[in-house]
Amino acid sequence: MKTLAQITSLITLALMIVPSLLLCTGAVGLDAVKVTALVGTIGWFVATPIWMGHETTS
Amino acid sequence: MSESNSGGEFEREPVPDSALLGSGKFWGMYAGEHAAGTEFMIGPLFLAAGASLSDLILGLLLGNVLAVLTWRFLVVPIALAKRYTLYYQLERISGGSLVKFYNLVNGLLFCFLAGAMVTVSASAVGVPFGVTFYVPDAFFGLSNPSFTALVAVVGIVIAVVAAGGYERVARFANIAAPWMIAVFAACGIVSLAQLDATSITTLTEGKFWTDAIQTVQDYDGEKSFPFWQIVVFAWLCNGAMHFGMADLTVFRFAKSKASGWAPSIGMFLGHYMAWISAALLLAALLKLQPELAIQELPEGADDVGLPGTVVANPGLLAFQSVGWAGIICVVIAGWTTANPTIYRAGLAFQGILPKSSRTVMTLVAGAVATIAGAFPNLSAQLLGFVGTYGTVLGPMGAVIFVDFYLLKKFGLRDEYALHRGLQVNAAVLIAWLLPVSVGLYLILVKTTMFPDKLFAAYAVIPCWVACGVLYLLLCKLMQKTIPNSESVPADNQESL
Repeated sequence: MKTLAQITSLITLALMIVPSLLLCTGAVGLDAVKVTALVGTIGWFVATPIWMGHETTS
Repeated sequence: MSESNSGGEFEREPVPDSALLGSGKFWGMYAGEHAAGTEFMIGPLFLAAGASLSDLILGLLLGNVLAVLTWRFLVVPIALAKRYTLYYQLERISGGSLVKFYNLVNGLLFCFLAGAMVTVSASAVGVPFGVTFYVPDAFFGLSNPSFTALVAVVGIVIAVVAAGGYERVARFANIAAPWMIAVFAACGIVSLAQLDATSITTLTEGKFWTDAIQTVQDYDGEKSFPFWQIVVFAWLCNGAMHFGMADLTVFRFAKSKASGWAPSIGMFLGHYMAWISAALLLAALLKLQPELAIQELPEGADDVGLPGTVVANPGLLAFQSVGWAGIICVVIAGWTTANPTIYRAGLAFQGILPKSSRTVMTLVAGAVATIAGAFPNLSAQLLGFVGTYGTVLGPMGAVIFVDFYLLKKFGLRDEYALHRGLQVNAAVLIAWLLPVSVGLYLILVKTTMFPDKLFAAYAVIPCWVACGVLYLLLCKLMQKTIPNSESVPADNQESL
């Protein structure tokens, strides 16, 4: 479960960065970047609390 | 690095070996701490102030390297040798009452910093509702009523959450940090695409940047922000943390000196990549939709013959670049910065009134921050404010430096307040306040020497050096010889 969540977090970060790079090449439009960034954001905050931060307040 | 460890344990004793932490904790902490809401505000201010792109890239590089070196070679050696918090180290040198006064000043400055973050968060919350803000001419002038109301709502929510406790927000901030860094990077890349600066040629030519500067100057008048000013700002914007030794409290947990390199991740992600990305956001907006970045001066504002002024609205900038993710990022970045800042300010106020409740004091700090946030000039002049923050708090680091390295070499007693049982070490008080008063005067008042006032970050190092020299001289003049056996235990000090 933890590994799956970590992979999901990594993918959501890629959803933030990769489309913006593709925008530079003209492969996607700005609207697509905005949508994937929002999907990536939601995914990050769903997946990441599963594996990160449990020990920081100990 | 946990807050409970840094703030709630080993407050009056050296950190034991069993509690020491490896370098990884420090790298994670600094990465999160310096990719914050302030970066959305500071980055565009470089462009608005007329900094050239090459000066910005090279100046930030040099300034951030100097900041990292200052942490590594000024703070870390003392932190590892003493392993005390800043406050306890200062108390041993300057006395308990003086530390309380320092804490009050620190708490008030924290409130103003948090206020700027409330403004940043409110700017993002306002975007979906069509609420924007203008920066009034008067420093203590309010913006439009709808934005002021929004600041009040956001400030109250942040204050109430802070009063509820720190740890959940700290955990949330840790989780959000890598995502925020990714959003900053995405904002920068999208802005470059919007500016058609996607080839080496266009990037090196830099016309997209000079065009943006020209647009700013058409409205705001000619300004300049030269290379060395950028270097000094990047170096000293965290002056209170490194020159001021606030991060003694952090690095006392470090297992090895190698942890002292950890601030480099915060500097080069937050104070380099994020600042440049945020500046690019404004450049892109000025190119694509200048009407959103330029606001006509309101009726009654001081008319200096310019058609309007450029306002960097962080929420709007991020929204135009990456949409809702940008708005969420600005809100979270502002909130996760303001929240611990208000919490720490509340603790500082509680230190002045030990019988008061932490919750009440946090709400008081939140109220002060909210009031400060209602004045948009505070965030619009953040470059000056963080320099002032370093000028006021930084010199106390010189006292610690001189006390640690020099006093014994000059035959003087280090940690004098501890050994004499003083509540106020007058040598520290005078050495701190004298240069800081001169520095603040030059920062706040136009003088013959500085007709446009002194750029605040320029005052940090002169005040630091003056404070250290004064402290050494005053110790020589004022210290009385104390046999080692007459030392007074720290917990048994009395007022003189």
